[in-house]
This record gives sequence, structure tokens and C-alpha cells, in this order.
Amino acid sequence: MALAAFSWQELAQQVVSGLASGGIYASLALALVLIYRATRVINFAQGELATLTTFVAWSLTNHGLNKWVAFPLTLLIAFAGGVALERVVIRPVERAPVLTVVMLTIGLLIGLNGLTAWIWGGETRSFPSLFSTGTVDVGGVAVSYADIGVIGVTLGAVGLISLFFRFTKLGLGMRAVAANPETSPLVGIRVGWMLALGWGLAATLGALSGILVAPTVFLEPNMMQAILLYAFAAAILGGLESPLGAVVGGLLLGVILNLAGRYVPEVGGESRLAVALAVILIVLTIRPSGLFGRTVGRRV
Amino acid sequence: MSALLELRDVEARYGPVKALHGVSLSVEEGSIVAVLGANGAGKTTILRAISNTVRRSGDIVFAGRRLGRAGPDAVMRLGIAHVPEGRGIFRELSVWDNLRLGAYVRRDRAAVAADAERMLGHFPWIARRRGQAAGTLSGGEQQMLALARALMGRPRLLLLDEPSLGLAPLVVREIFRILAELNERDGLTALVVEQNASVALRVSQSACVLEVGRVVLAGPSTELREHDAVRRSYLGY
Amino acid sequence: MRLAWGLRVAAVAAAGLSLAILPFLVGDYRAFELGRMGIFFIAILGLNLLTGYTGQVSIGHGAFMAVGGYTSAILATRCGVPDYLTIPLGGLTAGLAGLLFGIPALRLRGLYLALATFGVAVAMPSIAKHDRLEGLTKGTTGINLPELHSGTWLYGVTWAIAAALFLLAFAIVNSRLGRAFRALRDSEVAASSMGVNPAAYKVAAFGISSFYAGVAGSLYALSNAYVNPDVYFVSLSLFLLIGAVIGGLGSLTGVIAGAAFVQFVPPNASSILDAVSPFAVDSRAPGVPSVILGAALVLVVLLAPTGAGGLLRRISAPLMGRLYTRPGGG
Repeated sequence: MALAAFSWQELAQQVVSGLASGGIYASLALALVLIYRATRVINFAQGELATLTTFVAWSLTNHGLNKWVAFPLTLLIAFAGGVALERVVIRPVERAPVLTVVMLTIGLLIGLNGLTAWIWGGETRSFPSLFSTGTVDVGGVAVSYADIGVIGVTLGAVGLISLFFRFTKLGLGMRAVAANPETSPLVGIRVGWMLALGWGLAATLGALSGILVAPTVFLEPNMMQAILLYAFAAAILGGLESPLGAVVGGLLLGVILNLAGRYVPEVGGESRLAVALAVILIVLTIRPSGLFGRTVGRRV
Repeated sequence: MSALLELRDVEARYGPVKALHGVSLSVEEGSIVAVLGANGAGKTTILRAISNTVRRSGDIVFAGRRLGRAGPDAVMRLGIAHVPEGRGIFRELSVWDNLRLGAYVRRDRAAVAADAERMLGHFPWIARRRGQAAGTLSGGEQQMLALARALMGRPRLLLLDEPSLGLAPLVVREIFRILAELNERDGLTALVVEQNASVALRVSQSACVLEVGRVVLAGPSTELREHDAVRRSYLGY
Repeated sequence: MRLAWGLRVAAVAAAGLSLAILPFLVGDYRAFELGRMGIFFIAILGLNLLTGYTGQVSIGHGAFMAVGGYTSAILATRCGVPDYLTIPLGGLTAGLAGLLFGIPALRLRGLYLALATFGVAVAMPSIAKHDRLEGLTKGTTGINLPELHSGTWLYGVTWAIAAALFLLAFAIVNSRLGRAFRALRDSEVAASSMGVNPAAYKVAAFGISSFYAGVAGSLYALSNAYVNPDVYFVSLSLFLLIGAVIGGLGSLTGVIAGAAFVQFVPPNASSILDAVSPFAVDSRAPGVPSVILGAALVLVVLLAPTGAGGLLRRISAPLMGRLYTRPGGG
């Protein structure tokens, strides 16, 4: 196979659009990491939750709501849904072994996927983009508004969340619960509500990733399945413990997949999934704590 | 004068194992009460029973109110600060965050800031290390940080679990000196569980001795210091 | 003890006899359905050996079924091997794949393994469709097998194999190997101090379990008379896990309930929903089977974490005495 002609402009373009898809993986990965840090649980239903809320956004816009109203409203709904799910379904198994909780999230994955198909049907729909089409010239490189927008929105969301954790009392409480759930109640923190809040934030981030990705992959009940795998790969690449790692891992993975898709003839379309799987296996085998995770003794 | 805290016939169990067999004791406002006893006597369990982190039965009355089913966070909000066994430091968080967490439930920002200044007066090193991860502190520093964190909540009652554990004698003396000072100057009330009986009996006004989940001896600390059995088993002379 | 064993043997014999005459009573289509249930039985049995007995969770066993299925299809179409002879080969190929995957998986505990196997399940269809393999797998189109068998044939073959594999599983569980597996599940540290080499046994468990999945995958291909990447989609892996949980992890007899659930609940989901729903709902909409399956999994985890096997054990315990060394456990 002939190697495609190489140009620096194109490389830059590929990197930028890789960063854009990476931003989407990053927000879902961050959602996974938030829950993992607080409870040591991987939420397999994170993607389906995102799909469901993206459908809610679709319905809202379809009923004539302006997307700048509908999307923030969706994020609020997602937050409430995440909190409710934690209180109702996860709370009863709070003290159960991690794998029991994981099994439960797999049940949620299947159930929510079915629920979405039940309510909205299985067909594929187009989804309005937040950003206008067209490109802008940045130093000789044509960059699409959509890519800039997605990168901007995800970085903005990540920034807001880190400010929340650093400077608010609730954020402090959530960090405390992640660091030491046994002592937290002794300083007056309501641990259960912090966990619910974590689920709420995670669901919000997931909804954001769904809204950002839907215009490109189109909206359908299985939309987030592949994205969830990418988010897993991103979170593991960055280190499941580290929110910063999730973001960097997401962006990095986006760029890796995009460049591999463009310059490695073997990789294209769906086989990116195999690349993500390879990333997971390689990182877990060589450096299980990821790029930013510390190798901490396992909790028994 | 009525007691600030009163335990009546408190029992506690870990699964099928009973750790407390009907313990009664009381803590007067403004006093330090020491609980002495060997390893496994149930000292820690008394504190855990108060903050409701162990399954318990019996009456626990704090400031005229039965604690009942109040969870550990609610107990803390009532004004009981518990420095648990092993200090319960938030290792990954900064020293300053640990201190701030002590005032987590307080809303009086200005007073919190003033209290933080006061803590820096007691523990000047905190100012220099405020950004450092608390897990990197030495054992003595962690104990002091845990104490400072508890005091930041302006508790009416402080529960202190083995503050001397694993610390050098000099550090232990420093911690108990600060405790005595707070007691004398600010009228701090505390229930201190301690294996090191000689230090504990020096700062406390009254004490009790726990053996296999039962109080076997109680009285003013000065008297207990002279008690033969206490001298033989706990003071070693 | 002796009485209990006698009862047990009699029960197994009676069950075996009624199973043998069953397809002639219910007709070919029902026999086909029961045959498909047997396929799930085999796959869930294998998954249960891995998850229930060594404590390693796999959310990717559908992928190992795919390996078995593709092996069968390729051998039958290209090499002219009679299709029933490809079944053990499908099992062996999948077992080999499982061993290979088991090696990197060694370093992965619990959650990480679940993640990695989930990745395998999601990525498998795209691997089967990949250009490099297209000559072998025929890409998206898939491969048609030469012969479509009757339901009765499928029933007979599947359940004969299932019975043999059940006995094998029973033997494994009660052998030194099985004890080593359980020791690993309960505490890896304790197991290695007893002289159990965790690495070897974990890889072995993965291999054995994948062999079961491969056999099931071959039978699955034979039952459809075709394979394509979407036959073995992510949900298949999830179905198996649901079956294992509902049957009860660590319970071999519960597997039958898990298999029946996975085979019969999804197609009948709409009638189940009509029966349990207090409201008039559109029970024929897509997604209803998944809702039922997901809800069942959630409810079992919340309300009966030991699954059907655990319930059975609790009910039969007073009657049969201590048949199991770990009553109510695992």
C-alpha cells in the first residue's frame, strides 16, 4: 500500500481533530475516574447513562427548545438522575464487595440501553451541533469550528470541576471522602451524599460527552458503547486514580487514534477499537497505575 | 454539676464478638477523663460506641440528649470530635486541607479563620508545611495535626484515641502539655483513651480502668495514681 | 451422606431419561430452543468455572465463543471437515486463545480484568471485520455453513456434550485443581502460602473456561448455520454473565437456571412485562428484553446475591443435609 503523501499542515489538522475527539473521551473518562476514586468501582453504565441523557437533549430540542437552553437543562437532569441512581440502586450495596457493585452497574448498562431503545426506538437520528460548520485558518492550518468548540467546552468543564474541587467546601468534602472514607464522617461529612454528588457530577460529564459526540457519530441507543471503551482506555492510560490523568489520557488517546487511523494503513474505522483494547492491555501489563497514578498498596 | 457525657450500661459488639459488657462512666464539663487498660480491653470501642461507628446498645447521653441512632457525622455535628485510632489523617490531602476539614460543619467563617490562627499558635510548624501532603508528616506531626483538626470544630467534647501510640516520649509530653493547657485555659472537655497510664493520670482529673470490656476501677486520677493495682499493672512501680 | 448421594444419583438419572425423550414430545422448534439453551448452559458453565470458582470476572466470553464459532465455520467450509467434528477443535482454539489472553490477564486483578475483557468483547466484531482477516472471516458478510441441522439433532448433540462437560466441570471442581481455584478466589496470598502457584492456576482456569466458551461458540455457529461478527456482539458476553449471576456464581447446578433464563426470557420479554407491569405499556417496543434482563440482574444482585443456586441450596439444605462443604457460600 502506498504511503499517503505527508504534509505538516495535515499532521497538525489530524492532531487538532484528535484532540477534539480526545476531549470527548476525556470527559467520559473523568466521569469514570470520579466514581472510581470515591468508591473503587468502575461504572460500566456510564456510557449508557450518557446516551439516555443525550436522547433527553434531543427530545428537548425537538420540542422546539433552543439548544442553548436545552443542553444546560439536560446537564441538570443528568445530575439529578445520577444522584437518584446512586441513592436508589447503589446505596444498598455501599458496603458490598466491589465486584458486586460492578455487576450491578453492568445490570444498569443493559437496562438503561434497553430503556433508551424502548423510549426512543432503535433508529439513528441526527443531532444538532453546538457549533457552526466551517473552518478557521490558524497559522496555515484549517481548523474546524466544531473541533475548537469541543476542545474549548471540554477544557472549560474540566477547569470548572477542578476549581470546584479546589475551592469549595463540597469539593473539599468529596476529596476527603475519596482520601479516607472511614474518617470523613468523624469530621461531620455526610459520606453517602458525597458519593451521590459524585455520581451526579459523573452523569453530568457523561451527558456533556454525549452531547458533544452525538453530532458526529449520530444518535442511537448503542452510540456510547465504543466511546465507553475509549474512555476506559483513556482512564487507564492516565491512571484510574487521577483526574488529571483522565484528561491527559483522553486527549492523548484521541491524538493516537487519529494519527494511527491516518498514517497506519492497518488502522481505520472500527479497528480503532482494537487499538484502544491494545492500549488497555499494554498499559495494564506494563504500568497498571497509568501515567499519572501512583503505585499505591492495594486496599484490602 | 451534671455530666456533659454519660454512658449507662453500654454494650458493643463486632459481629458475634462482644467488646463492651455494660460500661458506665461520665465526663464532667471542663474535665479530662482518662480510660486506661491493656490492649484489647475495649478502650477504643468506648469511643467508637460514642461516635456510633460500632454496633452498640445502652444509653449514651450527651448534654442532656440521648444520642440514639445519630450517625457518626450527626454525632460530630452535636459537638463531639473524635480523633480515631491511628489518627485518621487524610493522607493525600494537604496539611491545610486537613485542618480546614476540622471546621467542615461550621459556617462562621471569621471565627474559623481566628481558630486556624490559634492552632498555628499551638503548632507553629503547620504554617510552614501547609501545602505538604499530610501523609508525608512524621507520626508526631500527624497526631498534632489530628488534634488541631478536631479542635477546629470547636467541640464541646474531644474523644482522643491513644495519642501516644508509636510516638517518642518527648512528643508524647508535648501533646499532653498542649492538652492540659487547653483544658486549663479554655475549659476543654476530653475523654482520652490511653495505654500510657502515667502521662494520662497526670493530665486527667478522673480516670477509669477497663478490663475485658468492663470498668473495674474508677475514681479521681490522684487516687488512682496511688492505687496498688494500678501502680503494679499500669504504672510499673 | 450415603442416602443423599443415592438421592442425587436417582435425581440425575431421572432427569437424564426425561431429557432424552423430551425432543420427541415437544416438536422440532422447541427442541431447537432447548438445544440453544444447552449452548448457553455450556458457555455459562465455563464462565462459572472462571468467575465463580477462581474469582476472575470475564465480561468478554462472547469473544471466545466467536473464536470457536469462526474456527468451526472455517474448518467446515475450507477444509471440508464434517461440522460436528469441528466442535472440539473450536473449543481447543478458543481454549488456546484463552490461555494466551490469560497471560497478560495475570497481572490484572478483579476490576482491571473485567475492564480488559469488556474491551475484548467490544473490540471483537471490529477485529473479525478487519481487512487483514477478511480472507478468513469474510468480513461483515460472514460465513455460511454447509448444513442446517434439525432442532432434534441440535438438541441431542448439544445436551450430550453439555452432560459430558458438566461431569468434567464437576470433576474439576472436586479435584485438587478445583480446591486450588477456590483457594485462589478466597485469598491469593493464603493460596500461594499453601503451595498453589497463582499464575499457573489462573491461566489454566482461563484456558479451561475459554474451551467451554469455544465449544458453545461452535455449537452456536452450527445452530445458526452461519457466523458473522454481529452474531457474537457485546450483548452475548453480557448475557452469559447475567446467566452466571442468576444461576449463582460458584454453583454448578444453578447454571441450568441461568441458561434457561438467558434462552427464554428475552424472546418472551413482552409477555413478562405485560404480566408484571401495572400500567399499559408498549411491551413490544425494541429494548424491552434488555430492560427485563438488566432489571433482573440488578434485582438478583440486590436481593439474592447467591442466585438460583444459592436459593436451591438454602431450600434443599434441610432435606439433603450438608451436601456441600460451603453451605450458602460463594
